[in-house]
Amino acid sequence: MNVELSILLTAASVAIGCSLVGTLLVLRRMSLISDAISHSVLLGIVLAFLATRDLNSPWLLVGAAAVGVLTVVLIQLLLGTRRLREDSAIGLVFPLLFSIGVILITRMAGDVHLDTDAVLLGELGFAWMDTASVLGMDLPRSFIVSSAVLLANLLFVTLCYKELKLSIFDAGLAASLGFSPLLLHYLLVSLVSVTAVASFDAVGSILMVALMIAPPSAAWLLSRSLAQMLGWSALLATVSAVGGYYLAVRIDSNIAGCIAAACGICFLVCWLLAPERGLVSRWMQQAEQRLLFPAQMLAVHIANHEGRPEEPVECNTENIAEHMHWQEQFAREVIGYAQRHRMLREQDSILRLTEEGRGIAEKLMLHG
Amino acid sequence: MDGLGALLSDYTVRTVMLGCALLGFTAGALGVFALLRRQSLLGDAISHAALPGVAIAFLLSGSRDPLVLVLGALASGWLGTLLVSAITRSTRLREDSALGIVLSVFFGIGLVVLVIVNRLPSAGKAGLSTFLFGNASTMLTRDVWTICLLGLACLICLALFWKEFKLISFDPQFAASTGLPERMLDTTLTTLIVLAIVIGLQAVGVVLMSALVVAPAAAARQFSDKLLNVVLLGGLFGAMSGIGGAMLSASMEKLPTGPVIVVIASVLTLLAILLAPHRGLLPDWFRHVASRRRIETQRILQALYRLVESDPDPFRPHDPNALQAVGLKAARSTLAVMVDLGWVEYSGERGWIRLTEAGWQEARRSIGGEAAT
Amino acid sequence: MDGVTPAIRVEDITVAYRENPVLWDVDLEVPPGVLMAIVGPNGAGKTTLLKSILGLVRPAAGRVFIKGEPLSRQRRLIGYVPQRSSVDWDFPTTALDVVMMGRYSELGWFRRPGKRERELAMQALERVGMTDFANRQISQLSGGQQQRVFLARALVQDSEIYFLDEPFAGVDVTTEKAIVGILKELRERGRTLLVVHHDLSTLAEYFDWVLLLNVRAIAAGPVATTATPEMLAMTYGGRSAYLMKQEGGDG
Repeated sequence: MNVELSILLTAASVAIGCSLVGTLLVLRRMSLISDAISHSVLLGIVLAFLATRDLNSPWLLVGAAAVGVLTVVLIQLLLGTRRLREDSAIGLVFPLLFSIGVILITRMAGDVHLDTDAVLLGELGFAWMDTASVLGMDLPRSFIVSSAVLLANLLFVTLCYKELKLSIFDAGLAASLGFSPLLLHYLLVSLVSVTAVASFDAVGSILMVALMIAPPSAAWLLSRSLAQMLGWSALLATVSAVGGYYLAVRIDSNIAGCIAAACGICFLVCWLLAPERGLVSRWMQQAEQRLLFPAQMLAVHIANHEGRPEEPVECNTENIAEHMHWQEQFAREVIGYAQRHRMLREQDSILRLTEEGRGIAEKLMLHG
Repeated sequence: MDGLGALLSDYTVRTVMLGCALLGFTAGALGVFALLRRQSLLGDAISHAALPGVAIAFLLSGSRDPLVLVLGALASGWLGTLLVSAITRSTRLREDSALGIVLSVFFGIGLVVLVIVNRLPSAGKAGLSTFLFGNASTMLTRDVWTICLLGLACLICLALFWKEFKLISFDPQFAASTGLPERMLDTTLTTLIVLAIVIGLQAVGVVLMSALVVAPAAAARQFSDKLLNVVLLGGLFGAMSGIGGAMLSASMEKLPTGPVIVVIASVLTLLAILLAPHRGLLPDWFRHVASRRRIETQRILQALYRLVESDPDPFRPHDPNALQAVGLKAARSTLAVMVDLGWVEYSGERGWIRLTEAGWQEARRSIGGEAAT
Repeated sequence: MDGVTPAIRVEDITVAYRENPVLWDVDLEVPPGVLMAIVGPNGAGKTTLLKSILGLVRPAAGRVFIKGEPLSRQRRLIGYVPQRSSVDWDFPTTALDVVMMGRYSELGWFRRPGKRERELAMQALERVGMTDFANRQISQLSGGQQQRVFLARALVQDSEIYFLDEPFAGVDVTTEKAIVGILKELRERGRTLLVVHHDLSTLAEYFDWVLLLNVRAIAAGPVATTATPEMLAMTYGGRSAYLMKQEGGDG
C-alpha cells in the first residue's frame, strides 16, 4: 500500500472514530472530558509500557483506557468532597496525571521510541512504516487499531441510539424507563478512553481534542437530529483529516497540527455560513427584522393608547418618534413599513390600527 | 546537600528561582479570581491559545526578546478568550465546547508554525520548543526581568482595584447598579489573568500552565474564608511550587520544569483538601466522630443515671450489657473515653461499671439541661 | 400628581431577549415615598423591569428617569437588593464585608474602606438584627440571614430609592416580618421602595402601591383600588378563576 493512501486511511478512521464519541460528548456538555482523558491516557500508556516493555502490547490499550476511566472517577470523587467545583476538579486532575506521565517518560523511558514530542505531535507521517498482515494484506498497524475502534464506536452508537437520544434530551425519562444513565455514562467514558489511546499514536493528545470537539460542534450548527449530527460530524472530520494532510504536505509541516487547523477552518466556515444558525444568515434575519420588530412595538403602543384620552398625543404621526424614542427618520421608515404591511393607517395625522394590526398587537400582548 | 548549596550560590540559578517564585505567586494569586469566577478551564484554553502567538511573534520579529514573545502570547491568548465568548454568545454551543475548540485548534496552529520556525536557521538557539513543557533553566536574565516587571505590574493593578475586583467577582449586578464600569473591570481582570498565564509559559509550558492557575488557588481556598488571605496563600503556594519545581528540575538531568511544578502544586492541593484545619476532609471527619462520641457518652451517662436514679446507692456497679435493654450498646472504646473523663469507673473483675461522683453530677446536669430546652 | 416629580418614571420600555419580547411598552410612574410592589405571574418580566430601570438590562426602546433625571446622573440615589440566588454564597468573605460593599461606590477609586465604613456597616447589621454574625463566613448563614445581610448592604447605601428583587424568597417568617418592618420604616422616612413580590396574600398587608405586570403594565396605583379581582384576573390570565374564588372565600 502506498504511503499517502495509508496515511490518509489512518487519518480518516481516527477522525471518524473521534467525531462519533465527540458528538455525544458535545451534546452531554462533557466536551472537556475529552481534554482530560486524552491527556491522562498518557500515564496509562507509560505505566503499561514500563510493565510490559513492549510498545505493541495490547496491555497498553487496556492500561491506558483504565487510566482514562480513572480520570473521570477521580473527578467525580473530588466533586463528591464538595470542596471544589467541576471546572477546578477537571483542571486539577488531568494535569497531575499527565505530568506524572511526562516525568516518567523523560526519566525512565527516554531511551525508547516514546518521547514528549510524540505525545503532542503524533506520528501520523510514520504510520506506513509499522505494518501488520490482516487477511493477507499488509496494513499499517495504526490503521488496524483505529478502524477496530471506529467499528466499536459505530456499534455503540447504532445499538444504543435510542437510549443515547433519550439520555441526552430527557435524562429523567430515560432513567424512569430503566436505562441506567450511569452505565451509559461510563460506557461512553470507556469508549472515549479507548478511542483516545488508539488515536494517541496518530495525532497526539491535544489535537485529538480538536477532532473530538470541533467537527461535532460544527455539525450541531447544521443538523436537526442526532442521526444527522453524527453523519455531519463524520463527514466534517474526514474532510478536515484529508484537507489537513494535503495542507501539511503543501507547507511541509506537522500533519496532526494541520488537521487541527483544518478542523478549526471547518468550524469557522460552518459558524459563519450555516443555514439558519450561521452568523451570516442570522445577520440577514436581523436585518429583515430590523423594521418588523419596531413595527410590532408601534402596533402595541397604539393598541395600548387606542381610544383613551391621551390617544391624540401618543399616537400622533408628528410626535410618534418622540414617544417611541426613535430618530425622526427611523420612525418614518417604521411607519412606512407598517403601512406597507397593512398593520396601520393614518387618519387626520393619527395612527390607527387595521384589523390585521390589532390582531398582531393583541397576539403579542397576550403571549408576550 | 552539597549540590543544592552550589545550586543556590549560583547567580543564574538564583535569578531563575526569583523568576519562578514571582510567576508562581502571580499565577496563584490571580488564579483565586479565576477559581471564584468559575474560569478555571478558561485558563487552560488561554495558555494553549497563546502558543501560536509566541511562534508568530518570533517568526515576524526574528528575535527572542521576551517582551515581544509575551506580547504575541498576550494577543493570541486574548483572541482565544474573545472567540470563546463570541462562540457561546452567538451559537447554541456551550462554553465547554467553545473552550475545547479554541484550545485544540489554536494549539494545532501553534505547532504548525513552530515546526516552520524550527526550520529557520535563526531558530537554533531560540528553543521555542521549551514553550511546550517549559524549561526554567533556559530562562535568561532578561526573561526573568520581564517576568518580574509584568508580574509586579499585575499584582500592583490587583492591589489598586482590589475592592472593585472583589465586588465584581462576588456580585457583578450590584456592582453595575452602583455605577461601577462593570464591563471594563471584568475585562481588566480577565486581562490580568491572561497576563499571569503568559508570563509563566516559558518556565511551565503552554500544556500545563493552567494547572498553576488552578491548583494553588484551590489549595488556598481550603485554608481561609477571607479573600485577602486566600489570595496571599494562593500566591504563596504558587511561589512554593515554582521554586520547588525549578530547583528539582535544575538539580536532576532531563526533568522538565512544568510537570514537576504541576505535581508539586497538585500534591499541595490534595493535602490541603485532606488536611486543612476547617474545610479539610480529615479534620471534618474527626469532628464528626467526636460529636457522635459526645452524643453517645451523654446517652450512656443518662441511661446509667436512670438505672440508679431511685437506688439509695447511686454508685452501685452495673453490667454494661444491661444497657442493651434500653437499646444502647456501650462500646468499649466509648466506655474508655468515659473512664478517662472520670465519669465512670470499672468495678470488680466482671467488667461492671458504675458512675463516679463527677459522672453523677454530669448526668444530672445533662438531663436537667435537656428538660430545660 | 401634577407638580410632584415622580421618584421613578418609566416611558415605553420594551425589552426583548432574541425574538421574544419580555416587556412590551411599559409605562410607569412611581410617586415619591411609596412602598410599591411589582406583582405578576412567572415570566411576566418583573425582574427584567427592575433590571432595566437600574440599567442592568438594555431595553430595545424606552427611557427611564430617576427624579426627573437620566439614571446615569442619579446612581447615588439608588439602593439595590438583588435576588439572593444570584450570587455564590461560598465566596470567601464575611457578612460585615458584604455590607461594606454598599459603601464602595461612595468611597471612589483606590480608597480602602476604613473605620467609618466599618461603623456604618455595623449599624446596618444592627438594624437587621445581625450584629452577632458580622464576622461569620457568608456560607454559614441561613437563607433568611443572607437576605438580611443583603438588606443591610442596601441600608448602608443610604439611598432615596430602593429596589428589592424577591426579598422574601426562601426566608423564614421572622425574617420576613423583620424585613417588612424595615421597609415600612424606610417609607415613613420618605424613601421610595420598589419591590418584586409574588405572594398576593400579603400584598395589601405589606404594600401601599402596586404595579400589576404581565409583559405589559396592566395597572398601577394604590393597592386598594388597583389590585381588584378583575385586574388580577387580567394579570394572571387563566388562573383568574382560582384567584377570585380565593378572594371571595376570604371576604
